[in-house]
Amino acid sequence: MAKTPERANVLQGTLDMLILRTLLYGPAHGHQIGKHIQRTTNDFLQMQHGSLYPALHRLERRGWVASKWEMAPERNREFKYYRLTDKGRRQLVVEEAQWKQMAEAVARVMWPAAEES
Amino acid sequence: MKWWQIGKRNADLERELQSDLQLEEEEQREHGIAPEEARYAALRAFGNPSVISEQTREVWSWDRLETLLRELRILIRTLARQPGFSAVAMLVIAVGIGATISLFTVVWSVLLKPLPFERPEQLVRLYEISERFPMNGPAPGIYAEWKRQSKSFSSLALYKDWPQYNLSDGGTLPEQVRATICSWDLFATLGVQPLIGRSFTAEDDQPSANGTAILSWALWNRRFGGDASVVGRKINLDAKPYTIIGVMPRWFAFPDQKVQLFLAVYHERTPEEMAVIDNHGFRVMGRLKPGVSRQQAAQEVSAIVRRIQDAHLDNAFVSNGAAIRPLIDALVGNIKGALYMLLAATGCMLLIACLNVANLLTARSAARRRELAIRTALGGGRLRLIREQLIETFVLFSVGGAAGLALAYASLRWLVMTRSDMVRVESIGIDAVVVATVVGLVLICALFAGLIPLLGSRSENLLAALQESSRGSTSGPSRIGVRKVLVGAEVAFTVVLLVSAGLLLKSYMRLRSNDLGCATDNILTLHFTLPEAQYGKPAQRMTFFDDLLARVRALPGVQAAGLVRAVPGEGYFGDAGIAVAEHPPLPQGQSQIALVRWADPGYFAAIKIPLLRGRTFGSDQRLDAAHEVIVSAEFVRQYFPNEDPIGKHLISNGDLGGVGRSQHSYEIVGVVGDTRFELPSPQDPMMYVPIDNGMDGSAALIIRAAHDPESMALPIQKTIQQMDRELAVSDVLTMDQIINKSSVEANFEATLLAMFAGISLLLAAAGLFGVLAYLVAQRRSEIGIRLALGAQREHVLRLMLFDGLAPALGGAAAGSLLAIAAAQLIRSSLYATRPLDPAVFAGVIGLLFGVAIAACLLPAWRASRVEPATVLRSE
Repeated sequence: MAKTPERANVLQGTLDMLILRTLLYGPAHGHQIGKHIQRTTNDFLQMQHGSLYPALHRLERRGWVASKWEMAPERNREFKYYRLTDKGRRQLVVEEAQWKQMAEAVARVMWPAAEES
Repeated sequence: MKWWQIGKRNADLERELQSDLQLEEEEQREHGIAPEEARYAALRAFGNPSVISEQTREVWSWDRLETLLRELRILIRTLARQPGFSAVAMLVIAVGIGATISLFTVVWSVLLKPLPFERPEQLVRLYEISERFPMNGPAPGIYAEWKRQSKSFSSLALYKDWPQYNLSDGGTLPEQVRATICSWDLFATLGVQPLIGRSFTAEDDQPSANGTAILSWALWNRRFGGDASVVGRKINLDAKPYTIIGVMPRWFAFPDQKVQLFLAVYHERTPEEMAVIDNHGFRVMGRLKPGVSRQQAAQEVSAIVRRIQDAHLDNAFVSNGAAIRPLIDALVGNIKGALYMLLAATGCMLLIACLNVANLLTARSAARRRELAIRTALGGGRLRLIREQLIETFVLFSVGGAAGLALAYASLRWLVMTRSDMVRVESIGIDAVVVATVVGLVLICALFAGLIPLLGSRSENLLAALQESSRGSTSGPSRIGVRKVLVGAEVAFTVVLLVSAGLLLKSYMRLRSNDLGCATDNILTLHFTLPEAQYGKPAQRMTFFDDLLARVRALPGVQAAGLVRAVPGEGYFGDAGIAVAEHPPLPQGQSQIALVRWADPGYFAAIKIPLLRGRTFGSDQRLDAAHEVIVSAEFVRQYFPNEDPIGKHLISNGDLGGVGRSQHSYEIVGVVGDTRFELPSPQDPMMYVPIDNGMDGSAALIIRAAHDPESMALPIQKTIQQMDRELAVSDVLTMDQIINKSSVEANFEATLLAMFAGISLLLAAAGLFGVLAYLVAQRRSEIGIRLALGAQREHVLRLMLFDGLAPALGGAAAGSLLAIAAAQLIRSSLYATRPLDPAVFAGVIGLLFGVAIAACLLPAWRASRVEPATVLRSE
């Protein structure tokens, strides 16, 4: 049945961008990615695992990230590590640009006085 | 990962979530939380793992195939929620597709599939042409000249496929088998080799050769147990020795599968018989040389026939031309029109079925209009809704089509059983082409039926739909308009089918009411042929006939018995040209012919053919003393107008079956009533000569029993066995069975078409009922208001009835026009019935309106029973 993909897409798009950006630092597993985003935004963005994992898998399907089971050095057991692919790197640039445009557009609507004066 | 690795992917996801969750738990503990609480804290921070994994899995299922599967799943649930609708729609589709596919299979297998011979497009049948007979069998003498002179053919073969032989081999019981007697090169012309053994050679195919026989696979398998050592074995045919030289492959049937034995024609028939040029009792087929067209070949063989005719101008029975047609056309000749007609009828029915399903779908999509409007308002894409509708129709038609294929399989088995007489019946089967056609039909029909309901919704206004639905009314006028047109079209096609079925039924009834000219109750008939070897002399035959009649007449239960060459209704058998001795000679090129039958003096009384004048044969009409002849009433009408035939003399032009007795003079001693050689045939002139002259050994024994003629079959066969252990009988049939055989095709066509028309009528009635019931439900409140304002209930009833009948009226008018055209097309299948038979048309229209009124009465009556108070309160 029809979900409401348009609205979901916007949020997903943002989340995708955040994940890709996080992976720019190097491979990480799901827990690390979630924690990183949460910490970096000073807990402003409460990471919902319910949307984190679907997003990770979607990115993998699209070929923007690749995954591999690897030993974590400090824990001594395997975690599923995600790493940015070249395609993902290019996608990050695109999404970043789009986000910027979007943010500027929103800003113009929200604070028109600053523009007009 | 691919979609088929779902199990592995799920395990992987589970492991990932568990390891991350565990990590969270460890971190919580590292922050100093008590171990038992850490678990809950981790779960709180992490969320419910099964919910997460479910949501993640959803990401994967955005696979196109999985989407489709999911939509199908939803769809099947939707369909299952409306079992009535789904079952009716699928049943309608199954019947429509099933009937169409069975007829298509027959048409494809019998008419279109190439013959199973080498380069079948080169194979042709040759005919002689004369004024009297436009497509006559060639005479053997003509064939010999064609073979000698023509250059168009790489090979020409002569054959005859109806002789019966008495097969005995000492061991098992003797039996009558049908043989094709053919020139030695028949198999080479067809390009077929025997399965085992060898084919005929030119040496086998001459009078002086030893007898050789080739068996059909069926006979070999049945009588000789499929034993390969049968080649070289001796068998007796008509008490003469033959050597089996080969067995044909299983698939081989020529000209049809009733033929069980192949013999060399020039060995079987005398050189005199093979030289005649005016006895058209054979068939000729040939293989055209590459690059030679049928027209060229026809011109060549025609010229040869004309040259022969020029040399024999005194003989009116020599043809004056020749014609050629493809072998497959010649083989399937009569059945072609009937099969195409039935296929057209099933196509018509399928169209009605599609219209009906489209109608159901329109009704349902109207009922779901509000749901669809809400979904559209929530952002459901229009394309997606259309796709859903099409997928739904496609699923309905696929299931219906599969059921239809099963139905077709069953009905084909039935058809092959009931019409085992049909040519090429052995080739009927469901093959890849048929299955591909089913798939194609399903696709086309689904698209057709699926798109029609969308027509009415194109102009749909979303807001209007939402508003309308809030008032309890569910459909705009455009929807109901589409449905009325659909039902009108259904009615129109139903009229076409009904009229065609009515015409065929009428002509079948006319045919069955045809009087054969003899008694048909309590008559049993059977055939036998006395073999030349034991009964070579006329006196031997006469003795056998006399003895047989005496013994059979003495059997208890037998009221009368007689012998004749062929019973009425059994076929044409033989004819002869005759001249009247007392009349002046006929002008050159003119001839008089009559069917010839041999009969014993008691035959006419036994089968109750009335003796109109004179008397039957005298008891002295035996052997060479026989010179009396009895003629039929039609014979007198044609050849003795205004004249007393008794005492006149007939001179037979050819032989009347007796060797060397042509130009024999016969005296007319009696006139009997007319009979028909086949049920649909006219009452042709017929003459009877005494069987006791012993000329021929083939005869039909007929007996009239007190009751239950079939119970007499066994005692009679025993009597014959006592007289000659090796003599087999065939075609043990009652007169009723002969009539059934003679009308089987007309019966078949009429029955099937009536069935199709009946189903269509039911579908159309259901359509009318559905539309009006829907209309009434929709207009309930309006009717309530009318009644509240003082409208009469009878008035409402009439109003609604007319509303419902309007599409039937339009459909019937359009259908009648179509039916007039269709009736012209089936003209050739009609017997003694005019294509525009007013009774049939009036009957069909009457029946249609009767059914239409019945279908509309219930909804209209319901409308008139509406309680205004209830309706108005619910507003």
